[in-house]
Amino acid sequence: MTIEEAENGRDDMLIDGPDRANSIPDGFNANYLKVYYGRLFPHFDIFKWMCYGNDGKHPACDKSYFGRREFSFTLDNDIYLRFQSFNSASELESSIREKCPFKIDIGPVYSVDPAKRHAYAQGGDNVFAPVERELVFDIDITDYDDVRYCCSGADVCLECWPLMTVAIKVIDTALRDDFGFNHILWVYSGRRGVHCWVCDGKARRLTNEQRGAIADYFRVYKGNENSNKKVSLTGPLHPFLARSYTEVLMAFFEGNLLSSQNILSTEERYEKILSMIPDESVTSELRGKWQGRSSNSKEDINVHRWGQLKHMLQSGKQKGQGLRVHEIVFTFTYPRLDMEVSKHMNHLLKAPFCVHPKTGRVCIPIDPENCEEFDPTAVPTLSELLQELNTGGIGADVDDEWDKTSLGKSVRFFRSSFLQPLLKSCKEEMETSYNAKLQQTKNNLSW
Amino acid sequence: MEFVRTQRVRIQTDAVSTLPLYRSAPSLEVRLEDFELYAMDRLRVLKGISDGLSRGKKPEEMKKLVDNLWKANMSHPDSSEVINKDIISHFVLRLVYCRTEDLRKWFLSMETALFRYRFLLGSSEDKRASMAEFDLPCKAVSSAEFENVRDKLNQVARSIGLPILTADAIFYKVPFEEVPELIAGRRVYIHKGYAYVAMHQVVSLVVTQFRSILSKALILTNRKWTSTIREQEKDRLTPIVEALCTSYLGPDYSQPKEFGEISVKDLDQISKSSFPLCMRHLFDKLREDHHLKHGGRMQLGLFLKGVGLKLEDALAFWKAEFSQKVGAERFDKEYAYSIRHNYGREGKRTDYTPYSCQKIISLTPGVGDHHGCPYRHFSDENLRAALDRMGVGSRAVEDVMDKVRNRHYQLACTSTFEAVHNSQCDAGINHPNQYFSDSQKILQSKNNAAA
Repeated sequence: MTIEEAENGRDDMLIDGPDRANSIPDGFNANYLKVYYGRLFPHFDIFKWMCYGNDGKHPACDKSYFGRREFSFTLDNDIYLRFQSFNSASELESSIREKCPFKIDIGPVYSVDPAKRHAYAQGGDNVFAPVERELVFDIDITDYDDVRYCCSGADVCLECWPLMTVAIKVIDTALRDDFGFNHILWVYSGRRGVHCWVCDGKARRLTNEQRGAIADYFRVYKGNENSNKKVSLTGPLHPFLARSYTEVLMAFFEGNLLSSQNILSTEERYEKILSMIPDESVTSELRGKWQGRSSNSKEDINVHRWGQLKHMLQSGKQKGQGLRVHEIVFTFTYPRLDMEVSKHMNHLLKAPFCVHPKTGRVCIPIDPENCEEFDPTAVPTLSELLQELNTGGIGADVDDEWDKTSLGKSVRFFRSSFLQPLLKSCKEEMETSYNAKLQQTKNNLSW
Repeated sequence: MEFVRTQRVRIQTDAVSTLPLYRSAPSLEVRLEDFELYAMDRLRVLKGISDGLSRGKKPEEMKKLVDNLWKANMSHPDSSEVINKDIISHFVLRLVYCRTEDLRKWFLSMETALFRYRFLLGSSEDKRASMAEFDLPCKAVSSAEFENVRDKLNQVARSIGLPILTADAIFYKVPFEEVPELIAGRRVYIHKGYAYVAMHQVVSLVVTQFRSILSKALILTNRKWTSTIREQEKDRLTPIVEALCTSYLGPDYSQPKEFGEISVKDLDQISKSSFPLCMRHLFDKLREDHHLKHGGRMQLGLFLKGVGLKLEDALAFWKAEFSQKVGAERFDKEYAYSIRHNYGREGKRTDYTPYSCQKIISLTPGVGDHHGCPYRHFSDENLRAALDRMGVGSRAVEDVMDKVRNRHYQLACTSTFEAVHNSQCDAGINHPNQYFSDSQKILQSKNNAAA
């Protein structure tokens, strides 16, 4: 497995800004991280989450559950420790504090303790296999490079970030309404994208084939730069795509992206869109209207040209041209998932509340209900948090130090909107299956 | 099953359905000759299916193909023997194909495909019988509920090109996990975790069940094979079983044989003379971008291994390219591992086999990817340009494009081979490494003739 996201080269680390003599220098280093893991990182919340209720006293609890989960650490010097496992919250916490990993990844729950996998392998029977894993999604802004003009590569700004917001809305709605999942966590990846963790019991037990099917359900992109079109729609839209289009994509494209990315402003840019329309009579007429003159109306040039294009395609002499409008909107706005991450149980994904080594930003949860308010440039950084700790005064409640920093909001959100409802339903599920089993044994005895 | 050398068979089977589910091995005696012959016949069917799928045949064409293959290979002069032949051959091949993950995967998908089309070919009575044999996790949608979701169901029907539903259409409501292929193709409406499956889609549900039962059974068979059967039958069945899978599937090109080693400095030259288009495209892109995404690294990396590039050379080659883009240090940290992994020096320590055409054609390259089969994944225009760069003449290009339009991707590649080498390739191209070695053979004989 390659870890393409692990960009740990710290050579271009930011040095402290000009006039902040007394403040903590900007950036990221192992010493800051030690303080962060010691005083701010919500170890216990991560532990409770990963237990899914199996740390309780209920007779149906699986005591080995947490210990079979793989954690993996990327250390300072890029040493990569896979298959770490822990038996308790304190073991997890002390290992993180001691090793001070630059990145913590969470893997699947295996059939046996992953740290002892070699001992089990001796038996010949391959008993070491993943048995549970959250359904995860990884969306990365670099995959949108051909449709955003403001930034490229790992950079993001407030002009292109809304693409992520749209992705969250489309995927989140489908996961809840179509697939019936309830316990969904969205996390800022610290730099250039978002991660999604679907944690319902049903989701954790999906097979690879079922995961692949869900990923394909979300896929509209076929082909790449070697083939012409990015999105190919053939007939009327499936209800999922139709809903995404009318409820999210269209409004975002017309009301936001069109002008913010200046999608039709220059010849190079509009040619890209015209190349998606196969009918040459349409493209040459539009080209004629657009070439060599800037629109004299007060309207935004992008909006104006889009109106012309839409009118031509939809008033259409030919049938099916209206679909081209859909294709253009989908190409520019529809979520682009890294499919491989979702398809396999044993793919690792960075844990929430890690700090991205390049940006120093904390991977905090995003509220899908208010995702348009999320601002990646305002996410607390490691140095800001330490600053807040320093100025926050000493002698406060030692357990909840995060509460007096700007991380507090995120931890509280994680607990109230995700962890508590999740653990409540884990408990109920455990109760139901336990009672069913009891009933079954009773029935077996009764005759 | 019992195996006897020459006596006639004592049949004692209660399977009457024409489409057996192969739940358990039947108790019947089989002559050793039949053991092998039946298995070979079934293997011909499965291989035919595999070829059909890799050519991208549509469901209707596959149905016809399976019907023909089955009639041609699985009939028996004694009509009472037909069902036995079906069952025996299945269980023999189960032994043959239970032994490694790759074999199991191939067998599972081919048997599942066979089952699907036989189910579709069956009469409605056969279908009902098969459905009854499975304990299907579905319930019929009531007419009140149907009215509630009718608009959505119609929307789905239109989106997959089907007529508007009639009022008496029958739908089943099943947990979405049970119909992954219908989910993947967005061919059903799903709401709150339940998929609304139309009567004509029930095949998908049945096939999923079949597949999951067979998948579990193969694991069990493998355990039995390694723990007892292999040893017990080492003089009788084991040699037959071991010969059966290699006799038909051809070499896997995991070990370079014919041309010994290839060194890094030769790569540019041989990529032009002897790489198939898929590899040449990856190779050129790597030289151009100094980077390839994961899928491309796998497809090209394993191919180069098969060509004879040693691990040390492979590391040097990839590093020379990648370090121009990501720096040598990052290469060592992030990419070197997976190259050693391909050569079986890391992780599971499996010596991975180069991708076959069938595998490459089935890949789904995404944004920024360059792997996959150009004949399948390139647009018309890009493919023409690429063929032109390979030096394929305009008439041959039309021939290739014609095959592409009919989705005969391997035949298209074969035509390219013939045009580039100006010589026949009767066996057809099935594997990029075969393309390479056939090409090298031709070039060598030309060199010898010239000398």
